[in-house]
Amino acid sequence: MSEPRACPDCLRRSRLLAHLAPYIEKVATGAPGSRSPELLRLSSEDLADAVAPKVAAQVLTQVLAVPESTLAADLLAAQCWACCRHDSRYPIGLRDAADAPWALIGRGDPALLERLEPQGAVTVVGARRASSYGREVARQLGRDLAAAGFLVVSGLAFGIDACTHRGALDAGLTVAVLGCGADVSYPAAHRSLWRRISERGLVLSELPPGTGAWRWTFPARNRIMAALAGMTIVVEAAQRSGSLITADLAADLGRDLGAVPGPVSSRASAGTNDLLAGGACLIRGAQDVLDAMLGPGVQTATPTGHDLEPGLRRVLAAVERGEETCDAVAAGLDLSGAEAAAALATLEALGYVSCSMVGVYSRTLLAAPGV
Amino acid sequence: MVSVLATAQTFTLDGISARPVRVEVDVHRGLPAFSLVGLPDAAVREARERVRAALVNCDFEFPLRRIVANLAPASLRKAGPGLDLAIATALLTASGQLDFERLAKLALVGELALDGSVRPLPGVLAIAEAARERGLEGIVVPTENGPEAALVDGIEVICLESLGELSALASGELASQRPQPMSLRLNPKGDAPDLADLRGQRHLRYALEVTAAGGHSLLMVGPPGAGKSLAASRLPSILPSLAPEEGLEVARIASACGRLNAGQAGGRPFRAPHHTVSPAGLVGGGNPPNPGEATMAHRGVLFLDELCEFRRDTLEALRAPLETGWVSIARAGSWRYLPCRFMLVAAANPCPCGRGDADPECGCAPLAVQRYQARLSGALADRIDVLAAIRQPSAEEIGGPPGENSASVRERVVSARERQELRFGSGRCNAEMSPAEVRECALDEGAASLLAESYSHRRLSGRAHDRVLRLAQTIADLSGVEAIGQEQMAQALQLRRRDRE
Repeated sequence: MSEPRACPDCLRRSRLLAHLAPYIEKVATGAPGSRSPELLRLSSEDLADAVAPKVAAQVLTQVLAVPESTLAADLLAAQCWACCRHDSRYPIGLRDAADAPWALIGRGDPALLERLEPQGAVTVVGARRASSYGREVARQLGRDLAAAGFLVVSGLAFGIDACTHRGALDAGLTVAVLGCGADVSYPAAHRSLWRRISERGLVLSELPPGTGAWRWTFPARNRIMAALAGMTIVVEAAQRSGSLITADLAADLGRDLGAVPGPVSSRASAGTNDLLAGGACLIRGAQDVLDAMLGPGVQTATPTGHDLEPGLRRVLAAVERGEETCDAVAAGLDLSGAEAAAALATLEALGYVSCSMVGVYSRTLLAAPGV
Repeated sequence: MVSVLATAQTFTLDGISARPVRVEVDVHRGLPAFSLVGLPDAAVREARERVRAALVNCDFEFPLRRIVANLAPASLRKAGPGLDLAIATALLTASGQLDFERLAKLALVGELALDGSVRPLPGVLAIAEAARERGLEGIVVPTENGPEAALVDGIEVICLESLGELSALASGELASQRPQPMSLRLNPKGDAPDLADLRGQRHLRYALEVTAAGGHSLLMVGPPGAGKSLAASRLPSILPSLAPEEGLEVARIASACGRLNAGQAGGRPFRAPHHTVSPAGLVGGGNPPNPGEATMAHRGVLFLDELCEFRRDTLEALRAPLETGWVSIARAGSWRYLPCRFMLVAAANPCPCGRGDADPECGCAPLAVQRYQARLSGALADRIDVLAAIRQPSAEEIGGPPGENSASVRERVVSARERQELRFGSGRCNAEMSPAEVRECALDEGAASLLAESYSHRRLSGRAHDRVLRLAQTIADLSGVEAIGQEQMAQALQLRRRDRE
């Protein structure tokens, strides 16, 4: 298969966005309620006039003057490739959107572009400040969806996004859509994750290589994520969360919308619970996603774990009850410290529980057989 | 008589070892003056005033001539007031008031009071050893330091109460009886804190036992007031007793730090520096270099409470010493090596407020918690083997019966250590296993497959892999089995310190 291609005009459009980024920032974040994707529907000339009337002509000429060879060389230098809306490999999902990016700049395996169609991709988003519950759900969801053969799309942010990517990488493929250049790891702390994705999956952006992140680029990135996938799942979101923008955008495009329920007392889950109340699809695990996307019972997802002997079952039940530390398990079940340690380590090795770096155990979503 | 020269031998303390110093006093005609040369520090320079007053108050005559005292070698910085006695003695000899035949064969140390009495000084143990090594016949020490000096065999120990006794000593009339050597306590005192005070906390007890049995290092994470400090201070009581030569090492360091007579608890030292300690305070430093907390914890326990509050550079400084068992301090012209083979025990809260993620009262932002916990995976924490998560004990546990006492836990620890010494030779333990020795650990099939599975699935790092094997070997030694079984391996996996994702 040949490399994906992009025509110079479409690449110049992405250059224009990078040039205008500071001006869009002022317009998009200054006015309350205005969302950048609406601006991005405008033609290049109108966009420049709208956000930077004084320098519009100058910027436009400057961008138009960039020779084709420079465009190609910049991509090559950043180890990126581009695919524009005129190419046959341009993701089908994006063609539905009026404000779709003219060109996608990518890093990683371009062959995955072919597979990036709405019925085979799921977007998972959620809070950056996620609870341990949200993280665990995101990781498990990412893992199971990837194992079921879906491309799992997310945004490489802290919290839910990163956990989703990590989970998906454990079992299959994942796509990260960035609000900065595809060769920029933002946040910087996720550099190693970004590298793993660009080696084994796909990193996409509508901005040219080297562009930094602006506040408006995140909602703009969200519209791409929403359009790429057939279903958008919000794992954990407070009432005023950026993830809800993605959910809105997905609903506007007529995509399925799913939400993971959280405790009614938790503010961190208020947004997702609202989505559920508003009719979003209830997501308890990968099975619910499969049922919603492929039809009920077409494919079964979650693998179940190893069989457990009664002693381990008791310990697992104790962790489920909320005994968090090895000490609490030992005291609760009247085991010695050594016995409790051995049982918990066995459960951890089997994948039933996970342990944080401060020694706090939590139950994973792996179902025990016959329970 | 134009000019008369006399010399006396003494020592100055440098870190924890003693360096020989030769005091040369020259008394000759000229305007009355007393000058002191040879790189003295402020305390040594003030010796002139103390010597003058002490001589006069002990009915000696302070010669009204030109006196020059030289401290050789001139390149060595002399510290502390311990040179007073040697300067006074050499001065008396040079001015003809003392005919001291044996002076060349004796070392003299002691600080003078203005009334002529001889005051004790730190580091006499090291000084006495250095004097013996230089082949001196005897050492003159302040009476209070007598029992300490008497620990060193093969050298005569003469105790001096006051400068006035010098004449008697010179003429051989001073009835000198070797003082009774002080007893080196190899075990903790009877009233030392006991592990029985730790109620409930089954897992922590287990972690302490494994830590002690293999000489590992321990990190305790839990809310404030859950018993972390209490547990750490009980650790020395379950460690094997010191070997006599180890006891001497501990005493030598304590002596150099001036803590040997200060009613020290005895047995293995327990040091708990505050988290504001500087790098020099922790590993030693200054000029001349003084031993730090790490050296004072030699053969004992160094407890870092609130690990996350320590300055990063302070903890970094502890890294190399933790691996090598030595602190090396470079100063202009010389290197000092200070021993610091200690067990590291650290404690931290699970989040900045201390309550922990799961507590509904915890109001810490996730990012703040993340940043806080990131400090638990720093360079120093990477050298910690065991993690114990601690929770607030319940009311029943607090009011319940006392736990197993130190003596019975210690029996198990000692037998586990004996197995290790059989394997590696005396004085070594599992925590010190080299990578090659780790490969030789005997594993049964179940243990090997469990380890392999964890290594591939849970992404144990290479270093964590070895750490788990060391721990598993210790647990196997504790339970008295030859090869590491599946159960021991599982326990080691549970006890290991967790890395960040």
